[in-house]
Amino acid sequence: MKHVLPFEKPVVELRQKIAELKSFTSESDVDLTEEIATLENRLERLEQEVYGNMTPWDRVQMARHAERPTTLDYINHIFTDFMEMHGDRYYGDDEAIVGGIAKFGNQPVTIIGHQRGKDTKDNLRRNFGMPHPEGYRKALRLMKQAEKFNRPIVTFIDTKGAYPGKAAEERGQSEAIAKNLREMAGLTVPVICIVIGEGGSGGALGISVGDKLYMLENSTYSVISPEGAAALLWKDSNLAQKAAESMKITSYDLKQLNIIDDVVEEIQGGAHRDLENQSNHISKCIEDSLKELKALPTEELLEKRWEKYKKIGAVTTVVQS
Amino acid sequence: MIKDMFNKKRKYATISKQEEHEDVPEGLMVKCPSCRKIYYRKEIEKNLLTCPNCDHHHQMSAPERINYLLDDGSFQEWDEDMVSENPLEFPDYLQKLEKDQKKTGINEGVVTGQGTINGFPTAIAVMDARFRMGSMGSVVGEKIARAIEKANELNIPLILFTASGGARMQEGVLSLMQMTKTSVALERFDRAGGLFISYMTNPTTGGVSASFASLGDYNFAEPQALIGFAGRRIIEQTIREKLPDDFQTAEFLFKHGQLDRVVPRHEMKDTLSTILEIHHVGGGQ
Repeated sequence: MKHVLPFEKPVVELRQKIAELKSFTSESDVDLTEEIATLENRLERLEQEVYGNMTPWDRVQMARHAERPTTLDYINHIFTDFMEMHGDRYYGDDEAIVGGIAKFGNQPVTIIGHQRGKDTKDNLRRNFGMPHPEGYRKALRLMKQAEKFNRPIVTFIDTKGAYPGKAAEERGQSEAIAKNLREMAGLTVPVICIVIGEGGSGGALGISVGDKLYMLENSTYSVISPEGAAALLWKDSNLAQKAAESMKITSYDLKQLNIIDDVVEEIQGGAHRDLENQSNHISKCIEDSLKELKALPTEELLEKRWEKYKKIGAVTTVVQS
Repeated sequence: MIKDMFNKKRKYATISKQEEHEDVPEGLMVKCPSCRKIYYRKEIEKNLLTCPNCDHHHQMSAPERINYLLDDGSFQEWDEDMVSENPLEFPDYLQKLEKDQKKTGINEGVVTGQGTINGFPTAIAVMDARFRMGSMGSVVGEKIARAIEKANELNIPLILFTASGGARMQEGVLSLMQMTKTSVALERFDRAGGLFISYMTNPTTGGVSASFASLGDYNFAEPQALIGFAGRRIIEQTIREKLPDDFQTAEFLFKHGQLDRVVPRHEMKDTLSTILEIHHVGGGQ
């Protein structure tokens, strides 16, 4: 593995050691099979310990992992006949958001997702997965099209946030996101949203209003990045770790706060360790949701969507003395 | 340019903010931050809290706005007792809320209710920048969502004055989800043919700008109000470029087609009343 996160170092070191011993055994007469077996046992235990006790900050790192699968990776593994469609019809084509039509088994669907780059060149093209207004407008155009042809919509959320730039403001970043929030609320087809990496604030929300909201185990969803929160609250961005904990941004936190429908189990050590299997987990989740949502009459679908968001928040009334 | 040379001089004469405040006796007098003229507070109050000299719009609290705008005695408040919990158990959060409640005399960052403008009934929600910078937490989201529902139920228009720095950090992702909650409520109102007027005041940024503030059938703003999605400093750091002075002002947004009109406070009541009348005559409401 090229990219090793600080907390998983012991695992990687032990794995390397086992690999060395294995190659030593095969090249010389000394038989170390027993030692290797012992170490492999230990590795298994260590992996469970390390990956089973990840802190919120570890998960932030995992959500940002350089090898973490992107929207297009999942599209290729989960759907067939994907055909990407481009452009918002007003200004341009924002490659920080991809969208198009495909089949999920026999079911036609529309897919929308944030798209990060895999390397520097790719990231420049994709603007690091941080959309401009035209990205949100393209997404809305494709969603309205899905509604017209009665196709369910699946969205993948993976962004640090909407791009904070001059042109983005001039072309109405706020309006583009706001309009998506409102219009998605009224879509007459099932909408399933899955956070696969970072769910950064309004930029994530802009394509994540739906009937079901899921998060991969090691993804995050937050109003601001831990670094940003630390800078704002304590004037010190070095306190990001502390912020990651107090801001409650992990999948389990959001499940506990009743904001998401469920946590999608991740491969031990992160989604990038086994894309095929991870895709299967996500497929299962889409399949179950579609089955449930397609059975609902439109009116009930929309009513349930409203009920879902209506209850989010923590309010009370003053006790009159 | 030669002109710049003269401008430079002024830099050395700038008084620090603190001294500025000490110049003026607290409460009785007000110094216009724009033209620096000093006025009696009463004088400014009579002038809708705008500067008689340069028309600078001073901050207007929610109760003040409601007083100025609605017909006398017509206002009925909704959900005035609603207060926030501390869902993320943030240290000192409840104390901070209490402090702002004492300071402002209101329980949260928005006041909602119904009343009439020149006889036309309307629901109204006014955010108050004095309360936690008008930030949106669960209560602000809930009260606005309820006001939208109530307007829908009563079949009356909704006028919403925004003044907000964005989401409230201490409520984390719950604050973020208020953007969705209010927008979903607006979709229902929209579908039912409800009239929604968004009137942005200084400042309207972040999550509030990226949700209900931008969703009016008519989008208005007060002159010079700061309106935008991302903060100026963050944008400057990201694009490594200095932004123009008028960036993210109401006038800047107007120029870029994001607003229907920039409406000075003196025209506020007439503008709103005319729209209510046209919709009243035209049916729907």
